[in-house]
Amino acid sequence: MASEEELLEEITNSEYKYGFVTNIESDKAPKGLSEDIVRFISAKKNEPEWLLEYRLKSLKIWQGMIEPEWAHLQYPKPDFQDLHYYSAPKPKKKLDSLDEVDPELIDTFNKLGISLEEQKRLTGVAVDVVMDSVSVKTTFKEKLGELGIIFCSFSEAVQEHPELVKKYLGTVVPSADNFYAALNSAVFTDGSFCYIPKGVRCPMELSTYFRINEAKTGQFERTLVIADEDSYVSYLEGCTAPMRDENQLHAAVVELIALDRAEIKYSTIQNWYPGSKEGKGGIYNFVTKRGLCMEDSKISWTQVETGSAVTWKYPGCILKGDRSVGEFYSVAVTSNHQQADTGSKMLHIGKNTKSTIISKGISAGQANNSYRGLVKINKHATNSRNFTQCDSLLMGNKCGAHTFPYIEIDNSSSKVEHEATTSKIGEDQIFYCKQRGMDEETAINLIVNGYCKEVLNQLPMEFAVEAQKLLEISLEGSVG
Amino acid sequence: MLKIKNLHASIEDNEILKGINLEVKPGEVHAIMGPNGSGKSTLSSVLAGRDEYEVTEGSVEFLGQDLLDMEAEDRARAGVFLAFQYPVEIPGVSNINFLKTAINEAREKKGLEPMPAKEFLSRVKEKAKLVGLEGKFNNRSVNEGFSGGEKKRNEIFQMAMLEPKLAILDETDSGLDIDALKVVADGVNKLKSPDNATIVITHYQRLLDYIIPDYVHVLSNGKIVKTGGKELALELEERGYDWIKEEAVNA
Repeated sequence: MASEEELLEEITNSEYKYGFVTNIESDKAPKGLSEDIVRFISAKKNEPEWLLEYRLKSLKIWQGMIEPEWAHLQYPKPDFQDLHYYSAPKPKKKLDSLDEVDPELIDTFNKLGISLEEQKRLTGVAVDVVMDSVSVKTTFKEKLGELGIIFCSFSEAVQEHPELVKKYLGTVVPSADNFYAALNSAVFTDGSFCYIPKGVRCPMELSTYFRINEAKTGQFERTLVIADEDSYVSYLEGCTAPMRDENQLHAAVVELIALDRAEIKYSTIQNWYPGSKEGKGGIYNFVTKRGLCMEDSKISWTQVETGSAVTWKYPGCILKGDRSVGEFYSVAVTSNHQQADTGSKMLHIGKNTKSTIISKGISAGQANNSYRGLVKINKHATNSRNFTQCDSLLMGNKCGAHTFPYIEIDNSSSKVEHEATTSKIGEDQIFYCKQRGMDEETAINLIVNGYCKEVLNQLPMEFAVEAQKLLEISLEGSVG
Repeated sequence: MLKIKNLHASIEDNEILKGINLEVKPGEVHAIMGPNGSGKSTLSSVLAGRDEYEVTEGSVEFLGQDLLDMEAEDRARAGVFLAFQYPVEIPGVSNINFLKTAINEAREKKGLEPMPAKEFLSRVKEKAKLVGLEGKFNNRSVNEGFSGGEKKRNEIFQMAMLEPKLAILDETDSGLDIDALKVVADGVNKLKSPDNATIVITHYQRLLDYIIPDYVHVLSNGKIVKTGGKELALELEERGYDWIKEEAVNA
């Protein structure tokens, strides 16, 4: 770990280095990606030298890579030189009342049961200070602080806890891992950081909601969660409220580290703008999420994904320590013209390691939903086990579901099970419900919720309720 | 309560029902019997409102309303209940949740508040007893992994919970052993009242030993060809259906 002096030196060095960025306007970088831009971002954020080096190295790697095309997705490729990679977080345009907000959005908020105050916060309507959740945040921070838990923005962590960031950044998802991870490593602007000290059980669900500045989600988010030995944390990411963003491309990286006997539960609800019903616009969501499990540790990913025009994501676990456990529970809904290529990667390295993958895909409209999963059991990972179940549910006859499982086993004492089903939402099931007095929509919601139950059960209580409502809204009017 | 007049229905241009006439009054039990392919299940499907069937002629009046003009769910809410020949499985949805959703949705449409949890649960307890299912199926998914007998008992349980005006039992006896048959019949009998009516569709006379019908109708080739009292069922059991078919042809 770096001493304070070393850190100080690094910080001063970096200050020296950014003297050259003269012609760049103060709060917005020009379009395009180059070494100068990376230096500019790093300087703007007052980062230590090692982090700038890390970014520059990542940029070099990225420049030598080509955008992957193996996914079962079709979309116009983004022009990476036509994007702004940095703009100072500008205050959202304040609105005077909710009347100025898109009524369709308000309608969705109401269906989700989001309180008026929360609606104002999400849409940028000026909120009375007393009603804001500042006090909640303060008590929250105090409580965590007493336990030694660090939960802050990534930028803050770089300044306040550089030794931890330096030690773990890029250890689970190296820059060279893939095209988008390299891009993120070069230009990430902010994200979340969380550290749970040895033996501490985090007493509450850590939600990005409580993180200051959360309303502005970055285009290249970076998240790092470290659970030290014998600790436990449940982390919630995302929001059921539909998130609109002017940036079309999102390439986040999430790294989880569970040290010996630690457990991390990471739950995501993703509801980015999926584009219009005709398939125009919408977010491209290219995410790299991975966890590293040391001995006897456990990482559990749960996700409910209903948003984004194009999704490319494979949360996975590197089961390095003996007897470590990796889990992946996913519901991915695509409707209208949405496309998703998603699944999980489980890499068994330690002995007696165990992984479970439960993936539930739902396609409606003209959407395409693909499951892509890798289960790899190394030679030395003896007596390891994987169970994979991937189910696809089709609604209507214009959508598609695809399954691409990859299984590699290099020893003979391990066991892998793979189950896959594809079914159409049954006319019989719907009729049965209707005959008992339910509307078609109610029937579909009931059937879909039943289908997703194994995954929804993994979510913390309030999140599960929200996720159910979200599923309802996402599938509204998709059959009939 | 139910007036079926000259009902014709077809599926994929294949005419199955060729002019059914039937009147059911409150408090009555009607049995509809007939050989395979005579149109028994089609009749129950058409009454319940299944989309695949097209009604080409005739009318059905239920409690003064034009039944054929109503959606399946509206028919259910008006009091038509179909006990399915092949009850459908809904994985992941508990029996309790299923029933709660059905009951509360019907209440909502009538402008009523959802049924209080306590009342709902005591009703579940009471009605489950009728079919010998006390507490057994509540948290299991609807019909998933149920034996044939359990599925049929579950149908009667749902019927008890929903308290329909007109219950149509479609081959509820098929696949039941004699003990299960008694349980199911017993449940149906206990639910009988002067205000509701039952149509029992069956292939065999066996069920009618336990559910005594007021009328027995014989359906053959899409038409009711003979109507009689409960003794007609016994005669059919003895002589089969052929003599009736002949009678119908000669008539």
